Parts: sequence; C-alpha cells; structure tokens
Amino acid sequence: MSAPSAVAARPWRRVPGRPPRRRVVFVTVGCLLAALAVGVVGLAAGSSSLTAGDAVRTLLGGGSPGEHLIVVGLRLPRVLGALLVGTALGLAGALTQTFARNPLATPDIIGVTSGASLGAVMAIVLAGGTYQVAAGTLSLGMPAAAAVGALLTALVVYGLAWRGGIDSFRIILIGIGATATLSGVTSYLVARAQITEAANAAQWLVGSLSGMSWSSVRPLLVVVLLVTPVALAQSRDLEVSQLGDDVTSGLGVAVQRHRLLVLGCAVLLTAAAVSASGPVEFVAFLAPQVAQRLAATARPPLLASAFVGALVVAGADAASRTVLPGQLPVGIVTAVVGAPYLIWLLTRLKERETVS
Amino acid sequence: MPARALAARRAAAVLGLVVTALSAAAVSILLGSNHLDPGVVLTALVHPGEDVGAVVWGSRVPRTVLGLLVGLCLGVAGAVMQGQTRNPLADPGIFGVTAGASLAVVLGVTLLGSLSVLATVWLALLGALVASVAVFTVAALGRGLSSPVPLAIAGTAVSAFVTAFTSALVLADETSLAAYRIWVVGSLSGRSLHGVGVVVLLAAAGLLVAAAHTRTLDALALGADLAASLGQHLLRARLAGLAAITLLTASAVALTGPIGFVGLTAPHVARRLVGGGHAWLLPASGLVGATVLLGCDVVGRLVGGATSEVSVGVVLSVLGGLAFVLIVRRTRMTAL
Repeated sequence: MSAPSAVAARPWRRVPGRPPRRRVVFVTVGCLLAALAVGVVGLAAGSSSLTAGDAVRTLLGGGSPGEHLIVVGLRLPRVLGALLVGTALGLAGALTQTFARNPLATPDIIGVTSGASLGAVMAIVLAGGTYQVAAGTLSLGMPAAAAVGALLTALVVYGLAWRGGIDSFRIILIGIGATATLSGVTSYLVARAQITEAANAAQWLVGSLSGMSWSSVRPLLVVVLLVTPVALAQSRDLEVSQLGDDVTSGLGVAVQRHRLLVLGCAVLLTAAAVSASGPVEFVAFLAPQVAQRLAATARPPLLASAFVGALVVAGADAASRTVLPGQLPVGIVTAVVGAPYLIWLLTRLKERETVS
Repeated sequence: MPARALAARRAAAVLGLVVTALSAAAVSILLGSNHLDPGVVLTALVHPGEDVGAVVWGSRVPRTVLGLLVGLCLGVAGAVMQGQTRNPLADPGIFGVTAGASLAVVLGVTLLGSLSVLATVWLALLGALVASVAVFTVAALGRGLSSPVPLAIAGTAVSAFVTAFTSALVLADETSLAAYRIWVVGSLSGRSLHGVGVVVLLAAAGLLVAAAHTRTLDALALGADLAASLGQHLLRARLAGLAAITLLTASAVALTGPIGFVGLTAPHVARRLVGGGHAWLLPASGLVGATVLLGCDVVGRLVGGATSEVSVGVVLSVLGGLAFVLIVRRTRMTAL
C-alpha cells in the first residue's frame, strides 16, 4: 500500500490547508451517542436495579407503575439534569475559551460562578442562622439565589468593563477582580458560619446532582434549548475573531454585538447550570479542551464541547451512583475521572502552542 | 521615548514601589488590633521586654517580615509564571502548589486529629513540592521536555484532580472541614518565624533563581522558536523557571496558607508601571505584591478588632479585587 492511499483511507487526518470537517462531525455525533447511552445506563443504575432495556421500555410508556415511578419520577430528572448541566457548562466553556483565545478562560473567570456561589452561600448561611431554617431555604431559595447572584455579577462585570465597547482582555481582568471580591466574601461567610452551615455550604460548593428534581430541570432545559442555537449561530464570527480584534471588525463582523451575544450565552448557560447543581467547575474547562483534542481543531468545537460535557457529567453521576463508594458528589467524580483523561490526551497529542 | 529617559522612568517607578512597601511595613508595625500609641511602639522596638515589647516583637514584627516576604514571593512568582507560560491568566497557584498543600494539610488533620502550626507548615511545604513535581512530570511526559505539553493546562488538570480528594475528605469529616476552612483563607496572624528558617531560605533561593532568569524570560516572550534561535537553551530555561515558581509559591503557601490573587494581579499592575522587560517587571511585581499583602493585613487587623481579626486572604480578595477592577477600568492594560 502506498502512502497517499493511507491518507485517503483516513480523510480526517490533518491535511495542511483543509479543515478536518469530517472528524469534527464524527466526534460530535460520537459524543452525543455516548452521552445518551450513558444516560440510559444512568436510568437503569441505582439501588433497585433494572436493565437498560427495562429503562428504555419504561421511558417509552411500558413498564410497571413501580418502574415508572422510579425511572420517570426519580431517575429521569437526575439523569436529564446531569446531561443538561454538562451540555450547558461544556458549551459555555467552549464559548469563553474561544472568546478569550485562552484555555484558562472558563465562565467562572467572568465572575458568573463566584456570583452564583455567593448567592447560594448567603442563602445557606444568612437565611436562618439555625440548621432547620437553613435546611428549609435549601430546597426553595438556593437555586433562585444562585441564579440572581450569577446574573447580577455578570451585569456588573459587563457594565464595569464597558468603555465605549467591550474589550475581551479588559472584561476578563475585571472578571478576575470581581471573582476575587465575591469569593473572598464567600470564604469569609463560610469561615464565620456555624459548622453545620459551613458543611452545607461546602457540600453545595462542590457541586452535586442529588437535589435534582423536575422543578430544577425545567428551567435548565428551557435555557439550554433557547440559548444553544444562538450560540451556534455565533460560530462563524468566533472563527473570524481568532484573528484578533482589528482584523475581526475589518472583516465586517459587528464586534460588539458578537461579544454581547457570546458572553450572554455563556452567562445564561452557566447561571442555569450552576443554580441547578452547584458549581461543577472543572467541566467548563475540561470538556472544550478534550473536544478540541479529539476533533483535532484549532479551537474548541462548540457542539462537540457541549456533548463531551454531557458525557462527562452524566458518566460521573452514573459512576458515583453505582461503582464508587459513598455517593460522592458529581463535582468530585468529574475531576477524578476527567483530569487524568485530559492529562493522557495532553501527553500523546502534538500541541500547537510552543511555550505555554 | 529615548532609552535613557525610559530607564530613568522605570527606576523611578521601582524606587517609588520600594518606598511604598517600606511605608506599608512601618504602618504594619505601628498599627494593629491592640491600639498602642505610636510612640510607645517605637520605644518598645528599641527597648523590648515589657508587655508592649511582647506585642511588637512577638507579633507585629514577625508578621510584617512574613507579609513582606510572602508578598514578594507571590508577586515575583506570578511574573515568572506569566512569562514562562506566556499566559496573562496564569496564577502561580495553577502549578498545583496550592492544591497539593491543601490536600497535605487536610490529610494531616484527618489522620492525626489536629496539627501544630509548625507541622502545618511542613506538611503544606511537602504537599506543595510533591504536587509541583507531579505537574512537572505530566508536562514532561510523552514527548519530553523539549516540547512539553502546555504547562497551564497540565497544572489546572492536576490541581483539579488533587482538589477533588481534598473536597472528598473535607465533606466526609467535619474536623477536617473545621481546620481546612480556617487554613484555606490564608493568614499572617498566629504564624511565627521560629523553626521555619529553612522555608525562608527556600524562598530566598527562589528569588535568586528568578533574578538570574530575567533575560531568559525576555527571550521566551518572543516564543520558543525565536528564543532558541537567540541562543536560549530551552530545557534549562524551563527548568529554571519551574524551580523558581515552585520554591517561591511552595514556601509562601507553607508560611501563610494559600493566598491567591496577588500572584495573578501584581504582574499586571507592575507591567503597567514598568513595562514588559523582566529585569524591571520581576522586582516591581514583587514590591507590588508585598505592599498589597501588608496593606490588606493591616486593614484586616483594624476592621476586626482584637478578638476577631479578618484574615488577610479575605481582605485581599475583597479589597484587592475591587482595587484591581478600578485599575483595569481607569488604565489601558497591556496584554502579554
């Protein structure tokens, strides 16, 4: 076999001057299917064990009333929640990393996560003062408090960064400042709180899906369905914006509108995810980086990042409910499983960056 | 601007920063949660021995020295980190040091029940060093050190991995949480310079390595290929940078607990004052770090009063964050 036909047999191999489109599609569809499969496993897995077939049959309307209660009433919101949280954070991370042209620019760098965390911790620590009252506000007040905190912070950061327009480097620096201020207040509250409330806060700050119910999944679903098309529509302008600010506006992109849309999408997705599950922070960093390397692209592919995020969070949740001891929160499992995988990818792929 | 005028302006800026840092040190010795008359404090500085002497020499002086040292370390480490990675968002903490130190301290509390101040220092140092070696190994794996994987990404991944274990321990055990939530905000109070001479020496070694490293950083700023063609030995350059960052941040986190934000932001402020050349940037960034850390420590003492001082990590995040936002808003920041 000669060398050229070996290349032809693997058309997704990087060829100079041609974008590896087919590989992106392949990775995107593959990750979506894998995420859905893991979701079905998650429906079947748990203390009363069902087969994956049972789960699918119940989902499609069959199954006994007992199975219906378990699958649709209890497990479906959690599995759906995991998939949606992962989708939202993966997409938001891809948006901010591309926007800033920096892998370290996760959505929490524009202050969204720290705002949500402060809101939630305030709801825990300040709402009652005693454990019972705080526990009462946990179920009702916390997602709302987190959402308000996230959106308020994003608005303030955007407002502060506005000087006749938004500069991508300036808004990130301002986000860093805002994040520091808010997380300082958060850790002050945690350090001064009663130990039981501090434990609650610590639990929430790790990120967990155990409180997921239909009432927390629905707003998340709406946000993901509405925001994702808007974000995807920005894909071409994001590609152009990789060439730098001046070139971008020179090529006819309405830069300010583009930035507002990208940041707005990232903020809404993150706020929705974080208020539902707490900050499962690592996903927004991990998923785009993994997707970018799997798809061999120069920047994180948006949809693939979203599906990698869904796969990671749903997989971590399923693992924590079955094979892992002690119902570890999903935030911990994503880091324990995801970090080594990213490291493995890092060590075996050739990088474009020269010094970083 | 002619080269000489530029050099003069930079020298003036660094001199101004030295004066500011020394004033912050003076204020830090004169003011505290015990309200003492400045004259009394000055007398006690010269003639120690009485009650006031105990406060001044036992608490305020070590605290001031610690603040200067740690602030200097973090500021310099941040500048080296951002130069090495060519990433303006790189904090020295992403090198795994903070995560490693946290895990070691929490493990210590979980296994032993409680830790003395000195044991905490050594455990934190050990954890910090182990974690940074892990990051370094990951960066070197695969294709060798000549073309390492992106340090910032490797560091973030390792940090997240290590932090997950810390979170799991803390969530499972309230004693660990109780100790961890106090340690993790970082503080200059209750720390002493007794028995930590080795840590101070490590910090000093880190400062020396960084100082010898400035030309290399300037070359690296042009990109690895150009740096190599300018005659830089890339492997040696990287090793020196990593050694400096590890020594500086590991000793800082051991002495005071994790203090974020200084390392990330001091270089940006310094870059604004003296430009991107590392011979000026490193000292300027260190001095900004020292001034900010001491200033925030004083504010924490005064706000909280004698019984409930607010630790410097919290003040630093809150005030430093606000100040940084104002600086970024008012001036045009220079990207790397």
